[in-house]
Amino acid sequence: MKEFLMIFRNVPPTGDAVPTPEQLKEISKPWQDWLGGIAAQGKLANLGNRLSFIGATLKADTVTDGPYAEIKEIILGYSVLKTETLEEAIELAKGCPVLALGGNVEVRYIAPMNA
Amino acid sequence: MTNLRYEKTMLKENNLIPHLFRTEYSKITAVLSRLFGFEHIEIAEDIASDTFLLAAETWGMKGIPDNPVAWLYTVAKNRAKDYLKHHHIFIEKVSPGLQQNSAEGYEINIDLSERNITDSQLQMMFAICNPLIPAEAQIGLSLRILCGFGIGEIADAFLSNKETINKRLFRAKEKLRAEKVKLEFPSPNEIDRRLETVLTTLYLLFNEGYYSVSQNTTLRQDLCLEAMRLTFLLVENKNTAKPAVKALLALMCFHASRFDARTGPEGELILYDDQDPSLWNQELMQQGRYYLNLAAEGKTLSKYHIEAAIACEHTVKEDTSEKWETILQLYNQLLFIEYSPIAALNRTYALAKADGKEIAIIEAEKLKLGNNHLYYSLLGYLYTGVDDGKAMGYLKNALKFAKSEADKMAIRRNLEKLADNT
Repeated sequence: MKEFLMIFRNVPPTGDAVPTPEQLKEISKPWQDWLGGIAAQGKLANLGNRLSFIGATLKADTVTDGPYAEIKEIILGYSVLKTETLEEAIELAKGCPVLALGGNVEVRYIAPMNA
Repeated sequence: MTNLRYEKTMLKENNLIPHLFRTEYSKITAVLSRLFGFEHIEIAEDIASDTFLLAAETWGMKGIPDNPVAWLYTVAKNRAKDYLKHHHIFIEKVSPGLQQNSAEGYEINIDLSERNITDSQLQMMFAICNPLIPAEAQIGLSLRILCGFGIGEIADAFLSNKETINKRLFRAKEKLRAEKVKLEFPSPNEIDRRLETVLTTLYLLFNEGYYSVSQNTTLRQDLCLEAMRLTFLLVENKNTAKPAVKALLALMCFHASRFDARTGPEGELILYDDQDPSLWNQELMQQGRYYLNLAAEGKTLSKYHIEAAIACEHTVKEDTSEKWETILQLYNQLLFIEYSPIAALNRTYALAKADGKEIAIIEAEKLKLGNNHLYYSLLGYLYTGVDDGKAMGYLKNALKFAKSEADKMAIRRNLEKLADNT
C-alpha cells in the first residue's frame, strides 16, 4: 500500500457571517460522508485536518497576516489516502465536495523517508 | 448490576454446585494464585477444583451446608495450607513471596475477603489480557480462570473441541510463565496502555457471546454477562475507572438490553428491524445511559464511546431521518478511528436509512467484502424494492456463506418475505 496526500484548495469565502450550527452540519455532511465512504473501504490512512483562516505567511524578510496574501486560493485542509496506485487515489479524490464548489484537490504520493 | 439474570434464577439444589463453580472457582483461583505467584497458577486451579470435588461428594451425602460459599472458602484455605505443609521446598525455595508470611511454621493467612478477591481478580485480568499471547488465548484463559467456565463450554463457544482448547490454554499459560508475568496492578503511568488490551479482550469476550455461532443461547448470554461483570469490576475500582471503561460497560448494557428481543422461539436471530421493543430491557437501557453519561468526562473519545452512542441511538425504535443521520455520522467517526468490516457494513446500512438505498448501493458495491454473508445480506436488503431479482441473488449468496444456524434462519426468512412480495 502507498500513501497519497490530498490537499483541498478553494478561494476563501467572502463576508464574515458566522454559520449557524445547522449550516455547519450541512457544510460538513458531504465531507463526512465522502471521507466516511473512503474509510469504509479501508482506504483512509489519516483523516488529516481542516485548516482555519488564522495564520501567517513568512518570507525571509516579511511576515504577512493570513495564509492568502498573494494567492487567490487557500488550502482548506488535507487527508491521507492508502491505495495501491495513484490512479486509485485519483478515483477516490473525484468524490471530494470541494470540486462541486469550484475548488480543486491535489493528490501527491508521499515518498517514504529513508531511515 | 447485581440484578443480572443469573442472580435472579432461584437455584435448585442440583444447580447449586455448577452455579457456585461459575461464581466462586475464579475467586478462589485468583486469590490463591496471588498468594503463590502466577507461575504456580495450576496449583491454585487444582486446589479450587479439589474443593468443588469435595463439595460434590460431601453435600451429596450430608446435604448442603447453611453457608455454602463459606464452606468452600474454608475447604480451599485448608487445602492450600495442607499443600504448603507438604511442600516445604515450595515455600522455602520456589515461592519467596510466601516466606515472610510463613516464618512461624506454616501459619499462612489466606485472605478470602471481598476486597482481596476483587483485587486478585483485577490483577489476574491484567496478567491474562496480555498481548504476549494471541487474542483467542486471552479470551479462553479469561473464560476459564476469571469466569470459571468448563473446558467443554469454552470449546462449545469457540465451536472447537476440548483437546484443542486444553492445548491452547496450556500453551498460553506456559508463555505467560516464561515471560515471568506477575499478578500486580500496572503502575499509574502504564495503566492506560494495559487497560487498552484488557478492554479489547472484554469487548471480544462480549462479542463472542453476542455474535457467536454457537447455538447454545444460555451459554452465549452467560459469556456476555461475564464480560459485563468483569467490566463492572474495572468500573468499580478507582484506578481503572477510566472513561473508556465506562463507555464499554454502557455499550454492553445497551446490547444486553436486547437479549430477549433478538432471539426467536426456535433460537433464530431476530434482526433489529423486526424486534419487538416491548421486549427490550428498560433497566439495562437506563444503566447504559447512566454509564455513557459517566464516560463523558475527560477528553478521550474511544471507539467504545462512539459504539455506545450508536447503541444508545438504537434504544429509540422510531425511524426518523435525524436518528439515522446521527447514526451515520457516528459510524463515519468510528471508521475514522479504526476500520473494521462490520463498521463499514453498518455504516452503509445507516447511509441507506438516512439518504436512501440508491446512494447506499453505490457505496456498498465499493466495499468489496466478498464471501461474507453479512455483506451479501446487506446487498440483498439494499436491492430489495430496487431490483428484487438481484436482491434474491444476493440473499442466496448470503445463505451459502452463513455459518450459524441462527443466521441461516434469518436469511431464509428474508428470502421467503421477498418471494411473497414478488
